[in-house]
Amino acid sequence: MPNMQQNKTPIAEQEPKVRARNFEEVSLGYTAEEAINEANRCLNCKNKPCVSGCPVGVRIPEFIAKVKDGDFEGAYDIITSTNGLPAVCGRVCPQENQCEGKCVRGIKGEPVGIGRLERFCADYMKDKEIKLTKAEPNGIKVAVIGSGPSGLTCAADLAKLGYSVTVFEAFHTAGGVLMYGIPEFRLPKATVQHEVSNLKALGVEIKTDMVIGKILSIDEIMEMGYKAVFVGTGAGLPNFMGIKGEGLIGVFSANEYLTRINLMKAYLDDYDTPIRRYKSVAVVGGGNVAMDAARCAMRLGAEHVYVIYRRSEAEMPARREEVHHAKEEGIEFVYLTNPSEIIGDESGAVSGIKCCKMELCEPDSGGRRSVKEIPDSEFVIPIDACIMAIGTSPNPLIRTTTPGVEANKRGCLIVDENMLTTKEGVYAGGDAVTGAATVILAMGAGKTAAKAIDEYLQNKD
Amino acid sequence: MYKILEKRELNDSVTLMVIDAPLIAKKARAGQFIIFRTDELGERVPLTIADYDREKGTITIIFQKVGRSTMQLGFMEEGDSILDVVGPLGTATEFGEGIKRAAVIGGGVGCAIAYPSAKALFNMGVDVDVIAGFRSRDIVILEDEMKAVSNNLYITTDDGSYGTKGFVTTKLQELIDSGVKYDVVIAIGPVPMMKFVCNVTRPYNIKTIVSLNPIMIDGTGMCGGCRVTVDGKIKYACVDGPDFDGFLVDFDELMRRNTAYKTQEAEERNHICRLTGGVRHA
Repeated sequence: MPNMQQNKTPIAEQEPKVRARNFEEVSLGYTAEEAINEANRCLNCKNKPCVSGCPVGVRIPEFIAKVKDGDFEGAYDIITSTNGLPAVCGRVCPQENQCEGKCVRGIKGEPVGIGRLERFCADYMKDKEIKLTKAEPNGIKVAVIGSGPSGLTCAADLAKLGYSVTVFEAFHTAGGVLMYGIPEFRLPKATVQHEVSNLKALGVEIKTDMVIGKILSIDEIMEMGYKAVFVGTGAGLPNFMGIKGEGLIGVFSANEYLTRINLMKAYLDDYDTPIRRYKSVAVVGGGNVAMDAARCAMRLGAEHVYVIYRRSEAEMPARREEVHHAKEEGIEFVYLTNPSEIIGDESGAVSGIKCCKMELCEPDSGGRRSVKEIPDSEFVIPIDACIMAIGTSPNPLIRTTTPGVEANKRGCLIVDENMLTTKEGVYAGGDAVTGAATVILAMGAGKTAAKAIDEYLQNKD
Repeated sequence: MYKILEKRELNDSVTLMVIDAPLIAKKARAGQFIIFRTDELGERVPLTIADYDREKGTITIIFQKVGRSTMQLGFMEEGDSILDVVGPLGTATEFGEGIKRAAVIGGGVGCAIAYPSAKALFNMGVDVDVIAGFRSRDIVILEDEMKAVSNNLYITTDDGSYGTKGFVTTKLQELIDSGVKYDVVIAIGPVPMMKFVCNVTRPYNIKTIVSLNPIMIDGTGMCGGCRVTVDGKIKYACVDGPDFDGFLVDFDELMRRNTAYKTQEAEERNHICRLTGGVRHA
């Protein structure tokens, strides 16, 4: 008999007041007993709606069945047969829009905590030896540009098929947005590095400090004997609003603020990269990146952190859990509000942000509600730092240095359904193709590309 | 890891290092830069490539020990290895077509960055006047090197202890007044110097290229920390620059932004002298 409790088995979390001032992980994860209890809520539906909601097709009811039996290693093996980064996905996937969004248990009550169970299995295997299943090396070289979620996934799938894979990473550490973007308290960096080491164990070579397009072009990489290239360079270029005052001291892109903290560990005394501890911080935007930046600012000791979003809470694109956690930690949400100017003091440092009140209009053809300014509604919030988290655009480095690779007018690389770009042998996926999206969608693209690259190389003379 | 093959102190605070980095050496061009990180705890710091040798596979960097990271780098010796060197980053200097005569102006350690531009122009067959400004005689660097890649080398010192007394702008104005026609002026040095050089050249409408040095993390356009306002638009020095048309740069904003971590940096400097006083051993 399944466990018919309406709600998810509660998960231990750090107290909001405590965690708002440290960078330790917020959610502490299930114990084995809790995991089995939660697994027993799964009805093991015949038509598996949850699987259809997963961009990498994790065989969810099957792995949950193993958890029910206490066979956590078996569960892990099922997950990793289609998902190379379970410890990451279990923590950062927007499950409410994917697997859990389709779960039958969600109709009356809460869906099965699929993400929590995935994370539990991955964490359970953290210190255990993982058996690697890979084919005999076939001697064919494939290059992967970028070591974020799409690149790591593509590299893992190709390595398992026997390809000799080299990943080129621009930063000094592999992991892409998992390292520089998502904070420690949501995705511990040791967890990411553990996943990267699993990849190395598969024989994947990772070359850091390699800015492709500068030190080597894709054409040169192909001349070096790589038979195919996957481009997973992400959407790294931060957008600004184009309002007055964005050049003031104390205005950051979320990328800069988060990179200082996550990749460069500026919040730790031992590390040299500086970061200022601001008292009153405005974060502009309503996505996961905005939540991450706001919660980091709080952890660095801010008294007030405002999330300024031009629509209402219902339209906010961030994961529900992040918004919930942010509120618990004392982040103040200022909805239906849009900055019009950042104000500075005589030294050129931020002192306030001028905003307008907005109102929602009828949904447009795409279903998204636009907003318009309410006249004469300007007001000023006193702040000493402002973080712009209003999205990013793909980095132009690859498209400007690779003849034959075409991009659309937003700078996103153009690919077909197999992730093939307009240049033979060059595939692309993740944010470089879609613009800023999620970890799991990028992983799905990496997976599709790996399959297509395999087919291309197997059918090539 | 990137091995330091040669280390030379150019003056009390400026050091030259030749680094083994064959792939970077193969691609480097005048105006481009690298980012280094000395060790796991280090920050990422940009430095312009002062010279390169494609055959030997080496690049040369010249840096002033002003902050914690450049001090850490300064403590490293020949045979030591730098953990990370990324490059070549940025866009190479575009001097333009049909240049017959150029003035290359370097201020202090900025001469290290001006030098490769002078060399590139000189090798293109351009008549090159180098104006190199220093506070005083004891900090003059690269005199022989700059002499070798210029038709005329003018050294100025603030206190008159060497060369002509005065600023580089005084010398430049003098040369222009004496009837020298420059097709392009390259100015590299402290931000105020570049601003004042532009003030000199603007009335004559002489194309003036400046090389900017904002605060930076990744060097690939990702962090946006290095943004500068050029012609009223946001530009990223790491990918759109570091060279820009000097007439269009908002120098005052750049000067302000470069002070963002000044207080913290001063504290750091005390810290390093008192506590470590040497290379950090990981």
